[in-house]
Amino acid sequence: MLDKAWIIPLIPAASFFLILFFGKRLPNKGAEIGIAALGACFVLALVTNVQWRERVNDAEHAAEKGGEHSEEGEEHGLSDGESAAAYAAVAEEEHVEFDVEPLHETWTWWSNGDIDFSVGMLLDGPSVMMLFVVTLISLLVHIYSTDYVGGDRRYTHYFAFLSLFTASMLGLIMSENTLQLLTCWELVGLCSFALIGHWWEEKPNSDAALKAFITNRVGDVGLICGVIILFFGAGQTFDILTINEMAVSGEISHLVLLVASCSLMAAVMSKSGQFVLHTWLPDAMAGPTPVSALIHAATMVVAGIFMVSRLYGVFFQGLSIGTSSINLLAVVGGLTVLGGASLAFVQSDIKKVLAYSTVSQLGYMVMALGVGAWTAALFHLFTHAMFKAGLFLGSGSVAHSVHSFDMKEHMGGMKRFMPKTYITFVICTGALIGLFPLAGFWSKDEILAGAEQLGGDGAYTAFLVVGLLGALMTAAYMTRCIYLTFFGEPRGHAADKEHPPHESGPRIVVPLYILSGMAIVAGFANLPNSGALSWVPDGLALRFEHYYEPKGEYFPAVLDTFSHPEFNIGIALGSTLIGLVGIGLAYAWYWRGLGPQGITSRNKVARAGHRALVEKYYLDKLYTDVIVGAVKGPVARAAYWFNQRGIDGVINGAGAGAVRGGRFVYDKIDQGVVDTIVNGSGSAAEGSGQGLRRMQTGRVQQYAALLFAATAVLAGVFIIVI
Amino acid sequence: MDDLLLNQFLLLGAVLFCLGVYGVIARRNAVLVLMSIELILNAVNINLIAFGAMHGSVAGSVFALFVIAIAAAEVGVGLAIVLLIYRNRRSVDLDDMAEMKG
Amino acid sequence: MVAQNIFFFVIAAAIVYSGLRVVTSPNVVHAALHLVVVLAAVAAQYILLAAEFVAATQVLVYIGAIVVLFLFGIMLTRAKIGRDQDLTHQGWIGGAVTALVLFGVMAYALLDEYGWSETPVPADPRIASVNGSNTATVSDSIFSAYLVPFEAVSVLLLAALVGAIVLARKD
Repeated sequence: MLDKAWIIPLIPAASFFLILFFGKRLPNKGAEIGIAALGACFVLALVTNVQWRERVNDAEHAAEKGGEHSEEGEEHGLSDGESAAAYAAVAEEEHVEFDVEPLHETWTWWSNGDIDFSVGMLLDGPSVMMLFVVTLISLLVHIYSTDYVGGDRRYTHYFAFLSLFTASMLGLIMSENTLQLLTCWELVGLCSFALIGHWWEEKPNSDAALKAFITNRVGDVGLICGVIILFFGAGQTFDILTINEMAVSGEISHLVLLVASCSLMAAVMSKSGQFVLHTWLPDAMAGPTPVSALIHAATMVVAGIFMVSRLYGVFFQGLSIGTSSINLLAVVGGLTVLGGASLAFVQSDIKKVLAYSTVSQLGYMVMALGVGAWTAALFHLFTHAMFKAGLFLGSGSVAHSVHSFDMKEHMGGMKRFMPKTYITFVICTGALIGLFPLAGFWSKDEILAGAEQLGGDGAYTAFLVVGLLGALMTAAYMTRCIYLTFFGEPRGHAADKEHPPHESGPRIVVPLYILSGMAIVAGFANLPNSGALSWVPDGLALRFEHYYEPKGEYFPAVLDTFSHPEFNIGIALGSTLIGLVGIGLAYAWYWRGLGPQGITSRNKVARAGHRALVEKYYLDKLYTDVIVGAVKGPVARAAYWFNQRGIDGVINGAGAGAVRGGRFVYDKIDQGVVDTIVNGSGSAAEGSGQGLRRMQTGRVQQYAALLFAATAVLAGVFIIVI
Repeated sequence: MDDLLLNQFLLLGAVLFCLGVYGVIARRNAVLVLMSIELILNAVNINLIAFGAMHGSVAGSVFALFVIAIAAAEVGVGLAIVLLIYRNRRSVDLDDMAEMKG
Repeated sequence: MVAQNIFFFVIAAAIVYSGLRVVTSPNVVHAALHLVVVLAAVAAQYILLAAEFVAATQVLVYIGAIVVLFLFGIMLTRAKIGRDQDLTHQGWIGGAVTALVLFGVMAYALLDEYGWSETPVPADPRIASVNGSNTATVSDSIFSAYLVPFEAVSVLLLAALVGAIVLARKD
């Protein structure tokens, strides 16, 4: 299956077309095609994962056997023609370092001179992992959607776009060159636009869709520039493997890598909702909740993270991640962690809380990549997909029964109406906060350990602080959210006596169970076996890293400056404690009513701070009023002026010039020169005629005299001369 | 200097001819112009006879006779015209007859 | 032949002088009389050249008829008797120059062709023919070889006669 894994994206692509053409006629309006396709994809993804595990194991065993016999590696699942080039570099006491060759297929689409434009498949650890995540979440969302958007005006259309999105995302994670990555990147952006604006008849929805698309477009400029810079830097190739190898081995100059990294950062900032291009993500909650769960929590927004991890060689070398204590990735990630978390405090829409939470968690992932903890970032991506999707689908379940997302207006006390949703929501929240032993604890802890241990002098301590602060705030706002939704007295629709809210059906609840189950166990995939947990056996520890971290010349792990964080019991306990503190603070505020309640109405500073948060740090105002307004106003005026004065001036001037030219030609040339010539020739003829006229005297004798004289002269000429 | 030279006669004829030409151009009286024309014709006749004698041929004489006859006719008609002019204008001064003045 | 030469030059002098007087005389009648001298002298030159018939005809026709016609013309046009200052144009110099140029060309051509002393008239210029008579020879020639021109001249004379009468008659 491994070498045929490129089929996996094609299945949802085919289902997209099938749903579009045939969906309306089917009994379930096309949903069955979508679910069947995704089901098939999930099974194939599982098979691929299993086969990849075997591949890694085989490479490890081959390396343990020794270097000389490495060429006759196992051929299991390696039918792409390349042998398992697993060779032992250095045989250490515990670890054998071995390389796992990724599966690399390319088909040249067209070539122009020296440059080949190809499509292909690059299958290695990250892509196999993402295959699993994307197909699982997409399948669960498909099943959930059959209940959630049942009876919708564009049901078929919705499922078609879900399929197309899945196909694009799968294509993105399996792209083997930067152009293919770029294409799939744009495609997922397009699907996001289509799905956010699913109910485009209401203007806020279509506005949100446009905002998402255009903000993403701004970042895509950076992506395109980065692709081009890398193309030229790596000697005119788009191939990701080649670019990474050249970056890691130092063949591409540091400056080129730095510029490319900064340029690609713009794309990460827009697609993965980093500060300051995150403004589209909260507005994107205007789309249906399953879409938010799939796209804006688990899969699309992580495309930026995935891109960075794919081209990690470029970033690691370009931003000197291994040897510095501050770099662009980490700074942006850190800012996002705090910014997103702080904005989540003032939201009354439950989905917006979760959206800002997503922004904050994406900040964690980017920060992890920034400090050099690559595996931690991807592991956090994995766990976050599970529990965040669970949270979103849970909020959708609540909203489905009270027909509103507003926590303050229409929710409260939902605990007794929807116990199952409540339980799954709490479990996923716990995972998000990072409570032991839920999934989020392990992944967030690894990030914090990385911030503490990796990097140059002074390490990335600043970002450790940021991470801890973020954990505190996460705990607090999520507890607030739970309180407002599930505790207290029912308000608004929740208090409706005739139609009280009720638990949702199985198609909604079962995916919730599955996801919360994953939130519990997923963390154990990457058990550390260092520090206080050294007693964990090798076969059980760091499975995630073992199977999914790329091992080869194209990944900076081969460099000395790269290292993995070790388990630090202090940080683990500290972060858990901080999480509990956060819960406690929120508990005190909301349950007990302690603390300075209503301070924003009394204190001007507090009110200003609250106002800044509500206005989302005035970023939206900056974008629409200041930046766009600055362009719209003066630029438009300038363009108008240029049009009237410049262009019209030229044209009018040309016309006036032509008129003046014509007049000049008429006066000077036609009248002056040409007519002078013509008249002159006439007057010359007349003058000469007048002159010759004097010969005609009328006197015959004079004629005779002339006659004889001429005769004499001619005769003389003839006789004497000739 | 024993022989009569042809050139003598021819030169004589040339002189007479030129005198006649001068007379045609310079004289104002129409009758005098006609007289000058007679001089010219006589010069031609001298030439003709001289050549005839030179070649021992009678053709020169014959032509001279014809010239004389034509001269006579020409003088008759010419004088008739002059008389007509005199009758109309009361003058035969050629200076007054610049009707063709352009 | 010396005698002929002398006669020639004497007669030639007379011709030149009289010709000059014809074209320069301020008196019309004098000019006409000088014309008579010229014509007579030319006739003498013809006799020198053994063309007796032509000489006789010259005297008869030219002097006998044409000069008389001229004198009639002078009389009928009331030419001024005595000196008349208006007989020569103001610009007679132009005519003189023209005539001199013309003479120059002709003289050059003649001298170039016949030289000073290379071409003599034959010693016996008598044009032998029928009965040794010039007249007979000429008449033979006219009435055989040159008959057509003779008849043409006759018609010409007739036309001239008629024309002169038509022109000059009073009506």
